[in-house]
Amino acid sequence: MKLKLDKKDFKPFLQTLMDEYDLFAPVQLAEGVSVFRKIDHPYEVDLSASNTQKPAKEIFFPQSETMFRYEKVGNENRMTSMEEVKRERILLGARPCDIEAISIVEKVFAGEECTDVYFLEKRKKTTIIGLGCNHPLSTCFCSSAGGDPFLRAGSDLFFIDLGEAYFVELLTEKGMIFHKNKFFKETNPKDLTLVKELEEKTFEKVGFSIPVDGIEKRLNLMAESSFWDRIHEKCIGCRICTYLCPTCHCFDIVDEGEHQRGQRVRNWDSCLSPLYSLETSGHNPRPTNRERTRQRIMHKFNYFPKNFDQVACVGCGRCILYCPVHFDIRQAIIWTSSKRPKRFGGGTI
Amino acid sequence: MKNPYLPIPMVVRKASVETTDRMLRTLELSFLNEEDAKAFRFIPGQFCELSILGKGEAPFGIASSPTENGSLKFTINKAGVVTTALHHLEEGTEIGIRGPLGNGYPIDLFKGKNILVIGGGFAFTTLRSLIVYLSHPENRSRVKDITVIYGARMPGLLLYKEELTQWEKRSDLKLVVTVDWGDKDWKGKVGLVPNVLEEVAPSSENTYAVICGPPIMIKFTFPKLMALRFPNERIYTSLEKRMKCGIGKCGRCNIGHLYVCKDGPVFSYAQLEKLPKDY
Repeated sequence: MKLKLDKKDFKPFLQTLMDEYDLFAPVQLAEGVSVFRKIDHPYEVDLSASNTQKPAKEIFFPQSETMFRYEKVGNENRMTSMEEVKRERILLGARPCDIEAISIVEKVFAGEECTDVYFLEKRKKTTIIGLGCNHPLSTCFCSSAGGDPFLRAGSDLFFIDLGEAYFVELLTEKGMIFHKNKFFKETNPKDLTLVKELEEKTFEKVGFSIPVDGIEKRLNLMAESSFWDRIHEKCIGCRICTYLCPTCHCFDIVDEGEHQRGQRVRNWDSCLSPLYSLETSGHNPRPTNRERTRQRIMHKFNYFPKNFDQVACVGCGRCILYCPVHFDIRQAIIWTSSKRPKRFGGGTI
Repeated sequence: MKNPYLPIPMVVRKASVETTDRMLRTLELSFLNEEDAKAFRFIPGQFCELSILGKGEAPFGIASSPTENGSLKFTINKAGVVTTALHHLEEGTEIGIRGPLGNGYPIDLFKGKNILVIGGGFAFTTLRSLIVYLSHPENRSRVKDITVIYGARMPGLLLYKEELTQWEKRSDLKLVVTVDWGDKDWKGKVGLVPNVLEEVAPSSENTYAVICGPPIMIKFTFPKLMALRFPNERIYTSLEKRMKCGIGKCGRCNIGHLYVCKDGPVFSYAQLEKLPKDY
């Protein structure tokens, strides 16, 4: 179902959502620092950022999350699990790459035998309103990674910014619930043409130049390649690429508190940390940055596709944009496909 | 949805120090709730996350056999925060466990085969589970000859000494215990595990080998197994890696596309050969 929402009605529209749901949307914390937060007032929502600094995965898999609280009463341990989500949620303004990434992380957390209740409870109770990307950044390569700036998959409703109004598509059963919202209006054929033009123009901008296709097979032959000796040299192991990656899902589990009461918490972790795989004995299966960089790239483009038939990269470009030493994952992908690797020293990786 | 991160309550029934260096302690746990006890079904080679609230969790192989009903045994090396806390636990204390986790030894493949068990040091825990399980009257007829080679650095560092004495008396199980250095009371074999294996020279025909021990022992034992013509498909080992969730979510224990917690910890050498050497 295709509808339209005038921008002047946007804030009252948000209020109607907030009456019934917990609303999560991008807010600007400081200039250039945009993240998804729970919205208390409609005016906090700011959809101007091309992409938020932190990905939308945070809404389902927070940076730090209490799994359960515990208390010792006499000889007994009492535990209260914290997975329950009391109110239905709406995630508004997530870009197609982030939404695609949520489905990637869900594949891991759903599992066959053991389900991650913390992630899935939030996912189950969330309606996703996607937002098309009119202005992809120079670091975006979603079309090469199997997505596109207007990919609807995963969204329940999809918004496209047409300047004066949002073009709105209701895509799923969960999305259709909103068809009676008083702020939605009929569309006209002109809007459809506008959307089509916008999509084509943007598509061209992003392009298909990064050879993600077939990378799993290429990397099969590269496990012990000298490629890894060189590729990690520039990386200082700050791990920002993994924290800001929408598909990275590693976490650490720690206990906070005393013997008597406290909580078990999980925090984002990163395979680029030397402590990540360090064992108590002192043995570290990934002792240097070479093995850790290999793990990051191989997991995304070789191990993950082996398990789930899909690369664990959506081309959002955050790891490129925020890397302090300008490590460019696109360059790494290109090098896996060039028969004679270009000189590593002078490159821009 | 069942929450796989919530520990099941158990209580420490018995705690005993295994070795003269006092670094290895065996905890015998029993379930607090009967329904948990009923639901807990495992095979040798599987492991659990033991959990002390306020300290954290760590993974340990189950040292008891499924045939020993009603309790679970874990032998713990004192090394870090959680293991030190486990060493200080008093009998009667409540602790949490999550499990059983992992795949366990391929018991079904062992049917009608000879089994060669090679263990070194405190990696003997899940091997004990396997030996007790296979030599139980209910299961003994399912496999042919059982040969066990077990080594430790010193006599005092051998685990489960009373049981070893009992096994030595059994006619349906060949046990060879060896130490790197004997002492004045030691009357058994002195020698490194790889050399003892060469000496015992078990036939590889119709035989599966299960080997667990320190990396240095494995490194030198493996060529001896090759020399005895054991194919990689019939050599199994159990790996250890740093773990947190134990159910293939948190990411850290992968070797290539496989996770030690969920796809292991038991792997054949044929499998390991195809994976990167990230262990």
